[in-house]
Amino acid sequence: MKSIGKFLAATSLAGSLLAASSAFSAETIKIGVAGPMTGANATFGEQVWTGASAYVNEVNAAGGIDGKQIELVKGDDACEPKQAVAVANRFVDQDKVKAVVGHFCSSSTIPASEIYADAGILTVTPSSTNPIVTDRDLDTMFRTCGRDDQQAVVAGGFILDTLKLDKVALIHDKDTYGQGLVDALKKTLAERGVEPVLYEGLTRGERDFNALVTKIKSSGATAVYFGGLIPEAGPLIRQIHEQGLAVKFVSGDALAQTEIVSAAGGPQFLKDVYYSSAADPKQDPDTAEAQEALKKANIAPDNYTLFGYASAQTIVAALKGSNNGETEAQVDWLRNNAVKTAVGNLAWNEKGDVKDFKFVFYSFDDKGAPVAAN
Amino acid sequence: MDFYILAQQLVNGITLGSIYGLIAVGYTMVYGVIRMINFAHGDVYMVSAYVAAITLAVLHSFGVDSVPFAIISVLVVTCFITGVYGWTIERVAYRPLRGSTKLAPLISAIGISLMLQSYVQVAQGARDQGVPVLVSGALRLGTDKDFAQITYMQLVILVASFVAMAILTYLISYTTLGRQCRATQQNRHISAVLGVNTDRIISSVFVIGAATAAVGGVLVTFNYGSFNFFIGFVMGIKAFTAAVLGGIGSLPGAILGGLVLGLTEALFAGYVSTDYKDVFAFALLIVILFFRPYGLLGRPEIQKV
Repeated sequence: MKSIGKFLAATSLAGSLLAASSAFSAETIKIGVAGPMTGANATFGEQVWTGASAYVNEVNAAGGIDGKQIELVKGDDACEPKQAVAVANRFVDQDKVKAVVGHFCSSSTIPASEIYADAGILTVTPSSTNPIVTDRDLDTMFRTCGRDDQQAVVAGGFILDTLKLDKVALIHDKDTYGQGLVDALKKTLAERGVEPVLYEGLTRGERDFNALVTKIKSSGATAVYFGGLIPEAGPLIRQIHEQGLAVKFVSGDALAQTEIVSAAGGPQFLKDVYYSSAADPKQDPDTAEAQEALKKANIAPDNYTLFGYASAQTIVAALKGSNNGETEAQVDWLRNNAVKTAVGNLAWNEKGDVKDFKFVFYSFDDKGAPVAAN
Repeated sequence: MDFYILAQQLVNGITLGSIYGLIAVGYTMVYGVIRMINFAHGDVYMVSAYVAAITLAVLHSFGVDSVPFAIISVLVVTCFITGVYGWTIERVAYRPLRGSTKLAPLISAIGISLMLQSYVQVAQGARDQGVPVLVSGALRLGTDKDFAQITYMQLVILVASFVAMAILTYLISYTTLGRQCRATQQNRHISAVLGVNTDRIISSVFVIGAATAAVGGVLVTFNYGSFNFFIGFVMGIKAFTAAVLGGIGSLPGAILGGLVLGLTEALFAGYVSTDYKDVFAFALLIVILFFRPYGLLGRPEIQKV
């Protein structure tokens, strides 16, 4: 009996080895997509995933890269740095991905990208705007979005020159993205000789910011700049209105989502709200092709869907441009070529930042649709 | 100016505190009867926010315009449906494990909590959802520029928590069900021997706990206007803290703990730093437990040897 058992075990082992090797010979190109698929920011992860898979489906339908199909692997980091590192290790060791779209939150992208850089894997984040992401001389790190220090300079100019307000309350959510953005703005304001009247961090996941709003009121601020995401921005905006504060609310690119309208409780609360974001991709003629493709696939062109789509386009372009070559060739190709993406024509500098990324300010009309503000 | 700011922070703190208190009641009641923490309670609260929004949408589609009627019927429907969730959680996650180690139901409750979160995320999407503003406007005290205010919705919250607590106190102190609850709390085996159906009592406690969470969920949803599948986490932790602070197992303790926590947070955030308000709130919890290990109104558990 024992020997039969051993024999069975041996054959099943051989069988599984065979299965593994046949899966290998099918030769797909694996690309990881990492972001918050669960947790408070899951909506963003979903958008990135939807965008990236929409583009990959198109490429696969058109024959893939050199006849090889692309396979996307999902990684859920829940915007937790620790989990991001685990996802990165899995991508490198187990899934053996060729490139990564991600991560979403700057606080996740920063630790994960070190692992990708060590393994020589091309990484394109659709959304991490913190300067550190590309400031560490990691050759493999690219982004399709802007940088917070660029965004902060634009925001400083907008508040001081366009809105003509100089009593600014700076509020952040104590996360890498939010606090990074607010700190960069603080520096920009200091260069213009303006000290913020208030600098506070709120707790992510809470809904009641009334105490903070009362504090903003007593600080005499005329403008509030918030660095953070929609789940906190919505209630904060609403409570500012409910307490009758006459302030302009300014924020960053995280607000470029239709759901801000429901999170704030309706368009009537968004009257004095402004946010900076990439120039509306939908107006850019270069993106017409991508728009058309998303429409055909019946996918809503949400902000991060477009950036996820664009990141996948960047990776596929680099793989094709380097003839599916080594990472160095891919990086080289991206530095010397421009890619026509869903968010416009992108070209990159040595660091991996988009050249001449433009931030534009938006406000909301009566129905909560974004309109250009300057 | 300063007086109005202080008054405003007190209003902020009391409203927040009474919500904490309402959710804390669920923790404290379950703990009182079976000496276990129901870690799925925060997510029951989250589910109630969704049920409230859906009920409101259904009422709206039937053309119900009266705001008081809408609020009351949403409250009733949500309490009922959320109560069913509470009952189910007890049947699925607690009752089968009642004879096993103390840690087993704790883990199964955490499992239920994750399950509810994922279920709502998949079924309703991860986006922030919103409900329209039902009650707007506020009572203002002071001049046009300097004033303290309490919004009508905040008034509704205070009144509703007061009424909910009054009903609950009556239920526990004066009804047969309440008497059986207290008996089960004191000694489950003896109560069973004396003819109390303790299984049914434990079920009712879960239902009542879930229903008070639903009152909180409805009020919070109408007050803050937006919610997602993750709101149960922070609220659950805060309410649990309130329950421990007030003395877990004690009903007035839960409300007192909630108010202390809410006021501490509002005043510390308002006068010192928002960044450190949670640090301070939890440091205060440690200090209070240091001097009163059973919380503000808790009674020490007597170990019979």
